[in-house]
Amino acid sequence: MRLDPRPGERIDRSEPIRFTFEGKLVEGFAGDTIGSALYAGGRRVFSRSFKYHRPRGLLCCSGACPNCMMEVDGVPNVRVCVAPAHEGAVVKAQNVRGSLERDLMAATDKFGGPFTPVGFYYRTMIRPRAAWPLFEKFLRSAAGLGTIDKHARRTGRYDVEHRHADVLVIGGGSAGLEAARAAAASGEHVVVVDENAPRGDAPGGLELLAPATALGIYEGGLVPVAAGRILYKVRAKRIVVATGALEQPVIFPGNDLVGIVLPEAVRRLVHDFSIRPGEKAVVLAADDDALAIADDLRDAGTQVLEVVDLRNGPHRISASGTKGRLNGVGVEGVRYNCDLVVASGGRQPAYSLLAQAGATVAYDEGRGVFVPRDLPANVEAVGSVTGEGTGSIAPAKTLLGDKTFVCLCEDVTEKDVKRAIAEGFDSIELAKRYTTVTMGPCQGRLCHLASVRMYARETKQGEDAIGTTTARPPWSPVELGLLAGRPHEPGKRTSIHHRHKEAGATMMWTGSWRRPHSYGDPAAEARAVHESAGLIDVSTLGKLVVRGPEAAVFLERIYPNRFADLKPGRIRYAVLGTDGGRIMDDGTVARIDDETFYVTTTSTGAEGVIEWFEWWNAIWKLDLSIVDVTGAVAAVNLAGPQARELLGPLTDVDLAPDAFKYLDAKQGKVAGVPTLLLRIGFVGELGYELHFPSPHGETVWDALAATGATPFGLEPQRILRLEKMHVLIGQDTDSESNALEASMPWIVKFEKDEFVGKWALEHVQERGMRDRLVGFEMQNGSVPPEGGAVVRDGRLAGRVTSARFSEQLGRAIGLAWVPEELAVEDADITLRVSAGLERAKVRLRPFFDPEGERLRS
Amino acid sequence: MSFLLACPNCGPRDVNEFHCQGEVTIRPKASPSRRELSEYLYFRRNVAGVQREWWYHRMGCEAWFLAERDTRTNEVLSTELPE
Ligand code: FES
Repeated sequence: MRLDPRPGERIDRSEPIRFTFEGKLVEGFAGDTIGSALYAGGRRVFSRSFKYHRPRGLLCCSGACPNCMMEVDGVPNVRVCVAPAHEGAVVKAQNVRGSLERDLMAATDKFGGPFTPVGFYYRTMIRPRAAWPLFEKFLRSAAGLGTIDKHARRTGRYDVEHRHADVLVIGGGSAGLEAARAAAASGEHVVVVDENAPRGDAPGGLELLAPATALGIYEGGLVPVAAGRILYKVRAKRIVVATGALEQPVIFPGNDLVGIVLPEAVRRLVHDFSIRPGEKAVVLAADDDALAIADDLRDAGTQVLEVVDLRNGPHRISASGTKGRLNGVGVEGVRYNCDLVVASGGRQPAYSLLAQAGATVAYDEGRGVFVPRDLPANVEAVGSVTGEGTGSIAPAKTLLGDKTFVCLCEDVTEKDVKRAIAEGFDSIELAKRYTTVTMGPCQGRLCHLASVRMYARETKQGEDAIGTTTARPPWSPVELGLLAGRPHEPGKRTSIHHRHKEAGATMMWTGSWRRPHSYGDPAAEARAVHESAGLIDVSTLGKLVVRGPEAAVFLERIYPNRFADLKPGRIRYAVLGTDGGRIMDDGTVARIDDETFYVTTTSTGAEGVIEWFEWWNAIWKLDLSIVDVTGAVAAVNLAGPQARELLGPLTDVDLAPDAFKYLDAKQGKVAGVPTLLLRIGFVGELGYELHFPSPHGETVWDALAATGATPFGLEPQRILRLEKMHVLIGQDTDSESNALEASMPWIVKFEKDEFVGKWALEHVQERGMRDRLVGFEMQNGSVPPEGGAVVRDGRLAGRVTSARFSEQLGRAIGLAWVPEELAVEDADITLRVSAGLERAKVRLRPFFDPEGERLRS
Repeated sequence: MSFLLACPNCGPRDVNEFHCQGEVTIRPKASPSRRELSEYLYFRRNVAGVQREWWYHRMGCEAWFLAERDTRTNEVLSTELPE
């Protein structure tokens, strides 16, 4: 099948390439595509069709149709006609049971007709309802393209790169290159995108992205270009579209048989890959270029039986085959026995990108194609995409019959289109959705014009009245990995991360942070905090320094509680609210000196709080600065009855109960590292939160761990804080919660003249509480699910936000939102636990150490 | 959205670097009535046309600024730091 070496061929015969197809060895040369190597080896059937599982073969050989999609190295839906062959590739057929030659699912072609008519998605098999899951399973495996290996791991990285240029030329054909050279000559920076692998070096002065595909033209002139594993985001001052024109198939009965190809397929097979496309051929074409393909065929040793110029009036054409492969074609009653039909109905400008950019698309009566008009500013079109040199013939009535395919991607026949029209889908946009014509992998390249034509004829209107469907990106199929790219917001680790890993912690995500869930035994870790001392990495807390003459005024205005009267060296709990009175974050505020405040936020709220602070100060313009030191400062909390004894030897700060009281902030050294010590008690025991420069994370951690303090993770911390009824913002509150109903009325200082959220909270106070966040204690020890229902009189009355079993208390405890009437100590509430209802008692005071004696000890 | 926005500090940047806070509203001065409060909190003019809005350069200089944008075309007519 391979011809003798020819000048200009793309293959390098000195470099053989071997890969497998369905486990069998295939040999080709460097420069071959997987498709060309398979074709040279005699393969003609490349795929089975979407719905009817009909055999399909190379049609365009240029990446525009659905016919050659296979799975290559585990990646489905690869167009092998343009995918370069590489050593060791593992290629498989897709959408078949059995083999391409004997696909068991092909029965749908013979018997499936009545079950898979147009629009069958919407109406067949939906009754009886109970059977749908079964039908769905069958349909999903029967219809479709490749399958994704759900267990595949990441096989490589995808990346995004930004490119800026004066001129972006899309399409590296003669018109595109000419425009590119002209721009480059005048000193402009030019980027050219072309779908084909480059031959030799890029012309001087141009940046060439190839093989690469422009996926669309978005708002602001953004053009994403897919090039292997890189997505280029190109912005250019000027965009030149030179996407050329697309050869259109001829619509006749049997037009999907294997062996019916477009002229471009012949050009590539013969000239690029030196392959004889077939033995006996008939050419049916509607323009001079396509008619001239007969010469290429003869050149390759194919016998040309007949050349039919379709412009000379309507022809009665129909093709026949055996087992899906062409064995002859009839033209005007004359039959030709052949294995190849080159059929071209003309060329349609590839206007989609221009339409996306905002051009209008109009029907050109003279040429019989749709052409772009009224291009937006900074977008130009050159070459045949403008309509220049293109044209297409209308299918004649007599041509049509059974198995006449309008759309190969979705297996839509002429009959289906007629049926859709008869059912009232008479607008092209509706018809598209109902029949799915143009919605497949070719995105209308080969079926849009034909379907508009058919609509025009069937509804007795002009093509211009039918119009086109909206062009939307992406214009070409794109790998999801490429769109996902590399994450923009990288995962964050604290400076102590490796110590947690070494200690065998199971890590979990909290926002973009990695944190230890526990070190293996949450209950034992919680017990250690109660009985001796525990150590937790809290470096993920947001940390801000607010400093300036008006820093106190600022905090006073932005928080509902007071800070102007906070003495240097003291700490206060702080809840941040919106003007709607809603809680957005919480943390602590320590006053370092008159003008300096050290503010902590929740781990996930840090960025939002900084943005919020900056916004209000953009309005208030107070004299202060806000500095985010979250990453610069590490923090660990040492908590438990022995915390004082363990920390003492490591620090120069006097830890005596009278010298360093609960809610005091002091500066000193811990393990030789300058540290801000905050005496606070999120976990309910005597505790010191140590803040210090993050490069010293491991030093301080190691020194504290060496004292015998037990490292504890987030899960034991959640148990401990729940015992104290400490609220977790975002877990126990949502975007509707306010501080009054979240049972923190003491935080709201209505006597202040002004603070963010004051008016809304006054309104809540006036109207009275509706719901309240309260503690509860289960009567029988079962733990209700978080998010579970509080039930009253058989109806939903509230919800559980947190629940855990506390070993310390020997009970299951939690927090829940309940109606205000039930927010009474000892009130009985009913919670849904698995299938049944369980009783619980409302608790308003902390379960553990309600007086806070241990905190203050 | 894929237009460019000129940060007054950093120059033209991809819109994804920014966070839009929505149209500029006027915060009531003294204790507002319930109606005034809910209008301030929940009602927006939502114009189809040029609108003044707050933007924050999240992935850049972290500055808040004001922009005039045509909501129909996403054309940004001007950007400026508050006063
Ligand atoms: S034959 Fe490969 S895409 Fe058409």
